[in-house]
Amino acid sequence: MPTSTRSEMVRLKLVLVLFILCFASTSTGKEKERIEEQFTEELLLRPLPDRKVLAHFHFDTRAPPTASYGRHHRIFPKAIYQLVHKFQVREMELSFTQGRWNYERWGGYDPIASSNVKPPGVELWAVFDVPQDQVDASWKNLTHTLSGLFCASVNYLESSTAYSAPDWSFREFSGNLRYGTLPREAICTENLTPWLKLLPCRDKAGLSGLMNRSSIYRGFYHSQRLHLTSGEFNSEAVNYGIMLEQTLTVVLEPNTLESGVTRSSGLALQPSWSLSSLFGRELGERCVLAKSSNVYVQLEGSLVSVLKNKWEETSAYEADTLSYEEGSLSNPSFELSVSPNRIIKEVNSLHPEGSSILYHYMMENYSDSKPFELEFKWKSPLVWSCPQAPLHASRFLMGSGNERGAIAISLQATKRSDDFLVADIDEKGCRLRVDVFQVVPWYVKVYYHTLKLFVDEKPQSQADIIEKMRVSPSEDKVSPGVMELILRLPCGVKSAAITLEFDKGFLHIDEYPPDANQGFDIPSAVVSFPDFQATTHFLEDNSSNESPLVSKMKERSSVLSYTEVLLVPLTTPDFSMPYNVITITCTVFALYFGSLLNALRKRVAEEERRLKSKAANKSGRVPLLLSKLLAKVRGRPWEPPQAASTSSSQISYKLIFKVILVAGIAAGWQYYHE
Amino acid sequence: MAESEEPPKAKHRLLIRAGILIITHSLLVSVICCTAGVLALLLLPILAKNTYISENALLPGSARSMLSAHEFSDANKFVKEISSSNVEAASTGIETPRLIAQHIADLGGEVSYHKFHPQLNKFHPLYFFSSPDPGIVQVNYSCSSYGINTVGIIRAPRGDGKEAIVLVTPYNSLNITPGEALSLGLAYSVFSLLTCVSWLAKDVIWLAADSRHGEYAPVAAWLRDYHAPTFGGSGKPNAEICGEISALYESNANQFIGSEIADHFRRAGTIAAGLVIKVADRSVDVTRDTLSIYAEASNGQMPNLDLINTVNYLAVHGQGLLVKVEKFWSLLDSKWLKVFGEIFESVGKMAKSLNPQWVFGISAMEYIEGTATLASSLYNQLMQSLWKYHPSVIGTIRQSKLRLVEGVIRSINNLLEKFHQSFFLYLLTSSNKFVSVGVYMIAFALLVAPLPVVAASLYSDANKRSPTSVKHKLSSSPTSVDEAHITFRSWRWLSAAKTVFIVQLWGAVVTLLPYFICQLPNCTPTTSLLVWVSLSVFGLVVLHLVLGSPSAFVSASQPQEKEWALLKSVTVSAAFIGLCLMSVINFATAEIGALLIVPMCLMALPLRLNTSAHTFRAVARAAFNVVFILVGCPVVSTTSVLVSSGFGLNPSGYGTVPRTSLSVWFTFLAGFYVSTFCYILVDSPH
Repeated sequence: MPTSTRSEMVRLKLVLVLFILCFASTSTGKEKERIEEQFTEELLLRPLPDRKVLAHFHFDTRAPPTASYGRHHRIFPKAIYQLVHKFQVREMELSFTQGRWNYERWGGYDPIASSNVKPPGVELWAVFDVPQDQVDASWKNLTHTLSGLFCASVNYLESSTAYSAPDWSFREFSGNLRYGTLPREAICTENLTPWLKLLPCRDKAGLSGLMNRSSIYRGFYHSQRLHLTSGEFNSEAVNYGIMLEQTLTVVLEPNTLESGVTRSSGLALQPSWSLSSLFGRELGERCVLAKSSNVYVQLEGSLVSVLKNKWEETSAYEADTLSYEEGSLSNPSFELSVSPNRIIKEVNSLHPEGSSILYHYMMENYSDSKPFELEFKWKSPLVWSCPQAPLHASRFLMGSGNERGAIAISLQATKRSDDFLVADIDEKGCRLRVDVFQVVPWYVKVYYHTLKLFVDEKPQSQADIIEKMRVSPSEDKVSPGVMELILRLPCGVKSAAITLEFDKGFLHIDEYPPDANQGFDIPSAVVSFPDFQATTHFLEDNSSNESPLVSKMKERSSVLSYTEVLLVPLTTPDFSMPYNVITITCTVFALYFGSLLNALRKRVAEEERRLKSKAANKSGRVPLLLSKLLAKVRGRPWEPPQAASTSSSQISYKLIFKVILVAGIAAGWQYYHE
Repeated sequence: MAESEEPPKAKHRLLIRAGILIITHSLLVSVICCTAGVLALLLLPILAKNTYISENALLPGSARSMLSAHEFSDANKFVKEISSSNVEAASTGIETPRLIAQHIADLGGEVSYHKFHPQLNKFHPLYFFSSPDPGIVQVNYSCSSYGINTVGIIRAPRGDGKEAIVLVTPYNSLNITPGEALSLGLAYSVFSLLTCVSWLAKDVIWLAADSRHGEYAPVAAWLRDYHAPTFGGSGKPNAEICGEISALYESNANQFIGSEIADHFRRAGTIAAGLVIKVADRSVDVTRDTLSIYAEASNGQMPNLDLINTVNYLAVHGQGLLVKVEKFWSLLDSKWLKVFGEIFESVGKMAKSLNPQWVFGISAMEYIEGTATLASSLYNQLMQSLWKYHPSVIGTIRQSKLRLVEGVIRSINNLLEKFHQSFFLYLLTSSNKFVSVGVYMIAFALLVAPLPVVAASLYSDANKRSPTSVKHKLSSSPTSVDEAHITFRSWRWLSAAKTVFIVQLWGAVVTLLPYFICQLPNCTPTTSLLVWVSLSVFGLVVLHLVLGSPSAFVSASQPQEKEWALLKSVTVSAAFIGLCLMSVINFATAEIGALLIVPMCLMALPLRLNTSAHTFRAVARAAFNVVFILVGCPVVSTTSVLVSSGFGLNPSGYGTVPRTSLSVWFTFLAGFYVSTFCYILVDSPH
């Protein structure tokens, strides 16, 4: 009976997924062992309030545990499998990001913003399943492997000054976690190609076929991420041995010709877009190796509520206007050229704005001959805003000069935060928990005792606000300074600020990077709000068979935001300085040793005697000069009557005379020669 | 140097002999050096070199401009709107900020308002004796005293936001002039272009500065909040009090796309460069578009030469504009400069006829212009005016100006590193010529060189003459030389140093007094003047009593001429050290100070000595001395007061350099020397 079901599943995958799962739930442990590798590809599109479109690719590859499945894989990338086994990685995340996520405009409270948004450059963290003393060695080897795998300078994270071991502020559990960032790493296609190579269809088929390099790198934000979780070394085994999650998040601006016209005439119409206008490519056949291949269009809760209000105004709102009619979805505000297979609504929304809507498109019905061409056309101008994190975190430098300065992290209450601040926490005085994790390189010497806290522009004592704090001060040329904080801010807080003073250190001349004059980077700090969960629960008809993307959105993860990277100008030497130093040192040495030797060599008594004798037979200067000249003319060596030092006057007269003579002749010759 | 007229018995080394020679001929040396110093200063325009862009990364500005007629027409529309809105509602001054903010938000930039009140708690020495209220403290700020800057920020699409370029357009929100409206339009069109370009690597901040309290106050306030915000601040203006300011935020906030106007301070990264754009109202030269560069930085430091070079290069070669640098127009038709210029020109011609490769002569006209520019450059360094740099445009917005600003921003945007560190020490003689530090320091060095020579010669004279007289006495007596006496003699300068110290301390107290007197409530100028004079005299008496009479240690055996020589020697060396230190910090101050102080140092002589000898020469010298000191004192003191007033008027600097108490120091220095020389002149030891 089970074998026949499996054969059927191959043929009618879509229909019988349900059956499989029914069987899986009732089947024995023996059935579980036969779980196959699986790969799913998904794309989420979401219009953003500032005329841009978010495209979030999500590829999920799962391999069953080695114990039951063996070492050979059909779909799962071998490189990743070997890497996990060699370094005993329990969990790892590597991200390459270009540009900054705009938390104010693109939101900071949804699952994508809090788990897929990364700081500029490279960020890598990993948890190892090895004894405590081997973690650092594993980390170093891992960085080198990843560096080779992704054509990036991840190996610079090998140095102990570049990574840190956060205890509790970065991830809930901790232990063997290592964290490192390279803010200045430039991201390009050479990093994307190896990442695509891990997909079974690469970018030859499926959703990854949309990734036209010039269009995805032209965007406003580009973050490619690789997350893997392995249950291989855990005793409490999960269903899947290794889960590899690859996401690419891009924010694109649709090309619009008429944008200039509508710009200044009051409210502007949002630009309409289609898949081919966004990416410059069409979405053809799905990747046949994928278990499921889906495209979602998400309308955010606030947008949905704005839409509803608008329709109520125009009294055109029916109970289910968001439904579709003959092939395309159309309503007074926008139009989708292809009608979705399903509409999924968010349930139990914590957001007061409203619940968001997912339009689900299945790629099974499309092929190269019949490409999936989705067009989103706006009909009336709308203004909405994305849900924000409770506090907007920003970080900046204070002070000036090359000697000292201060880092300030400022938290500003966002407009919409007031509502759920009260809604969420209501017992014992209402405190808002904020976790801060900040790594500072050793050459920025932060004095942690200078930590000052301000809440609503009033200085506060540390004991009132800080619940927990862990600081490991930097050690010169060995380790960076790490600060982990748990703050408890009062709920109605409007603004809060943390300042830390620092001194700028000096580097050895060979420690300067080639572009030292640009300044040095302080990596982003991580500010998270554990009281707030960025979760979106979607109501699905069969909850057991939901797509990895949707289930990812359901996962409980706290709201997280990264602050800006800071640029600290340090004192840089003039790099031609060694030459100057050598020159001046040589001069000083020559002067010193010259005079020393002179003093040692000279015999004072002898000189005095000579002087006396010279004074005795001192004659007029002119006769002396004449006699000298005469001797010269005769060609005989003339015996100076005294030491050279005392005859300097005569010599110098002669010298000056000669010089003047030569100069005169030269000038005359030059003058008459013309 | 090698020639020696020493008798052979002095078996000194060559260097020492040369030193002795110079010291013995100190009068000649000092005259020669001073003349050479002044001459070298006059020669500076000739020695100027052509500027060059040292950084190849600054060249992309000359790429083809992306500005189209679209931005151009938008800007003109914007200017019209601003002018009309200002006519309608001129009273409150919040219409224009609101309009600018709305336009920035429409372009997709981030907007915030920056409220400030001008910091008036600056001390103005010039007003001390003239106005009853020197404006020390102003606690009660009314709503009308606030200014509102509008700050728009473009985030570079693919940049990491670590650096920023600032574009400043000052305008008076209460009464906007056509020029100011045009400068706003210029900035707006550049801003609108930059919102859609893809090459931006640094964030761009547009600061529309509300200059109702002067042009510096809003920018200074913004920079202060940018670099050194106060978190626990009570000084922050709170919008709740003032209804009209809070009305700004409620206005049409829901119309904006995406983000609304924030009331918190928006920031971008480290400021890489700043440009202040001002369109001139007056039409000086209608025939050709001109661009004036005002290149003076705070603390007497110049803006980076590469920045000026980029503007100059793009303006001249790219857009064909006429570039001007600020100069002293009055110097242009001075006769004596013309004479000098002609002399230098003829010398240059002669040199060229000798060797065609010796091309150092410039025409007399060029020389005069160069000198005028140099003089204004020096003067501005001295006055420590703000970092201001205005490409100023005349007439309507023309595309060339827009392209220029675009090009400059593009160049700076491309610069990965900061500007080269050594391109701050220079003086401009025209927009494409500069004198570097290695050249202009020669003039200063020559000018101050006589001071140590004179000090040494005075000291050796004072030491030599008395020993000889003493020796004559002692050689007759068979007893050995008194050791203690010799030690006493060699340490005799200490008492002179003490005298100098006391007088300078008194000078410092006298200079500081006005500030504290100002703090007194209800002071009229006359009373404060009286208080100042009485306190000064009192201070002198107290110092005299506490530290002992300066002349108490002068033993009666020592003749007074030696004593004054020692005193002068110590004073001169102190002046030398002070000037040298000053030259490192602010060249212009040191140079002008040296021009005034060095002759004083060389000529000061006690009156009593002069009057005791009844020769004509002595009398003439005494008269000259008196005249010189009497003329010199007011000049120096006025300069010092001017300098400190310049300090008072201009608050903190534009750049990241914190303002030091530099000019205060100079005031002190000048005060010390004036008082010391007065002392030497009149109050010399009996």
